[in-house]
Amino acid sequence: MRHLVICGAGTGGTVAANLLRKRLDRSEWSLTVIDRDDEHYYQPGFLFIPFGFLKREQIVKPRSKFLPRGVEFVLAEIDRIDAAANAVRLRDGRTIPYDYLIVATGTEIQPAETPGMLDGWRDTIFDFYTPDGAEALAAKLKGLYGGTIVVHINETPIKCPVAPLEFAFFCDDCLRRHGKRDRFNIVYVTPLPGAFTKPVASAVLGHMLEEKNIAIVPDFNAERIDAAARVLIGFDGREIAYDILVTVPTNMGSEMIERSGLGNEFRFLPTDPRTLRSKAHENIFAIGDATDLSSSKAGSVVHFQAETLAGNVLRAIEGRPLEPGFDGHANCFVETGRGRAFLIDFNYETEPLPGKFPFPVIGPLPLLKPSRLNHWSKLAFRWIYWHLLLPGRRIPFVPARMKMAGKKRPA
Amino acid sequence: MPQKTLANAAVDVDAEGYLTDFGQWTRDIAAAIAGEEGIAELTPAHWQVLEFMQQEFKAGGQAPSIRKLNKSGVISTKKLYELFPGGPAKKAAKIAGLKKPEGCV
Repeated sequence: MRHLVICGAGTGGTVAANLLRKRLDRSEWSLTVIDRDDEHYYQPGFLFIPFGFLKREQIVKPRSKFLPRGVEFVLAEIDRIDAAANAVRLRDGRTIPYDYLIVATGTEIQPAETPGMLDGWRDTIFDFYTPDGAEALAAKLKGLYGGTIVVHINETPIKCPVAPLEFAFFCDDCLRRHGKRDRFNIVYVTPLPGAFTKPVASAVLGHMLEEKNIAIVPDFNAERIDAAARVLIGFDGREIAYDILVTVPTNMGSEMIERSGLGNEFRFLPTDPRTLRSKAHENIFAIGDATDLSSSKAGSVVHFQAETLAGNVLRAIEGRPLEPGFDGHANCFVETGRGRAFLIDFNYETEPLPGKFPFPVIGPLPLLKPSRLNHWSKLAFRWIYWHLLLPGRRIPFVPARMKMAGKKRPA
Repeated sequence: MPQKTLANAAVDVDAEGYLTDFGQWTRDIAAAIAGEEGIAELTPAHWQVLEFMQQEFKAGGQAPSIRKLNKSGVISTKKLYELFPGGPAKKAAKIAGLKKPEGCV
């Protein structure tokens, strides 16, 4: 019997288990998935909790429910991956040997990386990247009379790079609907030179911030926070005052990756950007947020990586050359408030461009432009996530590789 | 591809002025780019950072992040901002003759 082990039963680990269980002979291969808990959150839902659009219980299901038959699900904390011994060592003393390993342990927020951030944690400083944080923020926002809300990205890369923008747009929308917008300032603080990484989308989204009277502070790198004075202090000496700081703290990979000696400075696993194999070990692969890839850390990206990953694990097992199949494709809905959303579709080489998706001219979804249809598609995505994405089924009309058809480069 | 004259030499650059061929880089060109970026003089402390970045680039094909510079013990992030005011990772990469740090998409 040979062993395939997957660390992590989030989006990446679950899709990988579903694709590979079908293709590996059960009499020859065991498949083990390890995670520390049995709660699978639909993470795009976190954004909606602070505004009361969704409740925690609406976005969580058992991880085990989405793993196929023929997979052993081990509930345990991983101490480390012992790559020299081809084994995963668990905190409880057990050892799980592997022939092939898939790392899918994601990324976590690290508020302790910024001095002072924890001093005001969930008092005046909030995150919405965890269910607890999103719920605490919901309670806080409800009771606010007025003041300055600073939406802040501490350091890149972060999971779902557009989420903080969506948060700012929702804030504006919600306050407006409650007739309170004039009592609030919303400030968007980012280490990037603009609203987004790439120029075309950055210009469009930057304009959108302006329209909604959201001030942007670009190129800001926080050195520390004075929580008592409620001031964010930059390395360049700039100071930004807030009443409520909604921050996306530094994102880092699992501490287990560092204990294993496998990570880069962010504890992300150095991974080949096209084949998804570890750069250091031939029998280790990685998917999703746990990798050091420059593609977005997002569920759609995991979906597009999954086919390449599963195919390449099989190729490696059979001793065939790997296929450089992943092109960095991401496809994200960006909520802009007032019942509308943007859609952006891009990859390693092509930045988000305007146009139509998935078909040229007829669309029906407009790219890089707010539309109600995009908003409804985003809401429908929750169903697609549980029923198509996690089981590793194809999503109709959305190919793994990005297509240029329908996209227009502005003059 | 755009060309630019720096320190009396013609070099190939991208739209944002980053060198596209590291083979054309010299210490004089570095000083010229530094001048354009508002750094009057490259001190030994600057050079320590620039040389570390070039080593990292040769090893991994990418300019290192600020976090990596900090973690490697070469320089603290605070000091890095003093040496390269504004966007240190991008400025230092430009002066070192490396391509623009990729960042996330």
